[in-house]
Amino acid sequence: MNAELNTDGIERVNREFPYLNEGDVISVQRGPEPGGVGGVARTFGATLKGLRTTFARIVEGPVTIQYPEEKTPVFPRFRGRHKLHRFDHDGSGTGGLEKCVGCSLCAAACPSDCIRVVAAENDPANRVSAGERFAEVYEINLSRCIFCGYCEVACPFDAITMGHDYEMADYNRSDLIFTKEMLLAEPVERTPLRREGE
Amino acid sequence: MLLAEVGFAEATWVLIVKSVLIFLLVFMIVPVLTVTERKLIGRFQNRHGPNRVGPVGLLQPLADIVKLAGKEMFRPTGAVPLLFAIAPALIIFSGILTLAIIPFGNVVDGVGLYGIDVSIGVLYFFAFGSLSFYGLLLAGWSSGSKYSFLGSMRSAAQLISYEISMGLALLGAVMMAGSLSLTAIVEAQDEVWYIVPQIVGFLIFMLAGFAETNRAPFDLPEADAELVQGYQTEYGGMRFGSFLLAEYLEMFVVCAIATTFFLGGWTGPGPDWLSPVWLILKTLALIFVFIWVRATLPRLRYDQLMSLGWKILLPLATLNVLVTAILVTVL
Repeated sequence: MNAELNTDGIERVNREFPYLNEGDVISVQRGPEPGGVGGVARTFGATLKGLRTTFARIVEGPVTIQYPEEKTPVFPRFRGRHKLHRFDHDGSGTGGLEKCVGCSLCAAACPSDCIRVVAAENDPANRVSAGERFAEVYEINLSRCIFCGYCEVACPFDAITMGHDYEMADYNRSDLIFTKEMLLAEPVERTPLRREGE
Repeated sequence: MLLAEVGFAEATWVLIVKSVLIFLLVFMIVPVLTVTERKLIGRFQNRHGPNRVGPVGLLQPLADIVKLAGKEMFRPTGAVPLLFAIAPALIIFSGILTLAIIPFGNVVDGVGLYGIDVSIGVLYFFAFGSLSFYGLLLAGWSSGSKYSFLGSMRSAAQLISYEISMGLALLGAVMMAGSLSLTAIVEAQDEVWYIVPQIVGFLIFMLAGFAETNRAPFDLPEADAELVQGYQTEYGGMRFGSFLLAEYLEMFVVCAIATTFFLGGWTGPGPDWLSPVWLILKTLALIFVFIWVRATLPRLRYDQLMSLGWKILLPLATLNVLVTAILVTVL
């Protein structure tokens, strides 16, 4: 289309825009010509604008969160370290008992196989959980856990939920295997929670 | 042969005490400058800047110096040992020499609040200020490294290009005051600071000052992104520290000279002994501008640097000198 045969028989191709058909119009927007007095004035103006922009950052103040002292608030559904729960003391007779009955559904649901549950029969005189059985051993290997929350979904008694703690670094891998007592205990430091709409 | 006339003669011991005091004062200011610069750059970028060492990070320079002093003074095999060692010292030397003429105040109780008041103050500043260029060049060349050499070549071209405009920018103020002595120039600004009639000169001087001190946006000799610190590449430990020290020293000197020539130097309300405070405050304000510009502008390309220096600053400075000369003669 845009190749045309000239009188001398040599093919001329629009090398710059080979995809264009003849007669097509392309409009090119160009900035002002650099250089000259106008260019100097514009550069000066742009520099002042830049200076104003950076100074506005001082007025705005730092946005850094000073991490160890301040913590980023997490969302309510943030999946942090797991928690095991006990029944509330609401006078129904189950107060203080563990919700976990050692059914191992969480361990079955766990895709990274990091939960180990060993169940045992409850002694009716000295109950540990509200059900027939209780978890004698309940361990989560946090170095394997991927924090997917399937255990929370699988649990029929809401005994295990994902908490908000995310500071779990440690020096030994063996220290990252959390036992039942550790999971039942309240976290030492509370992670700040994001307010509604924040 | 009388080379330079000394405006005010003092006893030798007074001179020695003064030089030690000025030296110490400015060397106290340099670490403060490094931490303020880092803090301010942080604020300009919505950050806090260093705030871990000491209260609000004020002891950061101390930590930096301890760290630098603890490092090995490494010298590459291809380096020229003597020149490699001399170069950083030369840069600091030229910076300290130029400190001598900065007038911190007029004569108070028979003691001039300046290192020395020479009648050729401007020439002195340029003569010894330009020596730092040899430091840069030697540092780059004696390192035996291509990055260093490229950096020092760039700085050579840059310093030569901008020194002319810098000198011409000061010439306007010199002509208005009718003297080369820095104290006389400050006294001539009794009625109005020269920044008002010499605003073009002031802007050119500041621009050339950015280039002379190798600071952003003219930090091509260092150009950490492309030349890995240029002429400083092969330096380590306190030798590297002295380059850093010299950079801040030069920044202080250039700002103090700009204050002296355009911002009324030591003049300010209050008794005479407050004049050093006024000079330092004005200088710090100009240093804030230096830091502000560094936080704002990206590094210029090499051809942009050259065309700005030769095609814009030099003609403008010449025109400024010409107009000032005509006005001074006519009025």
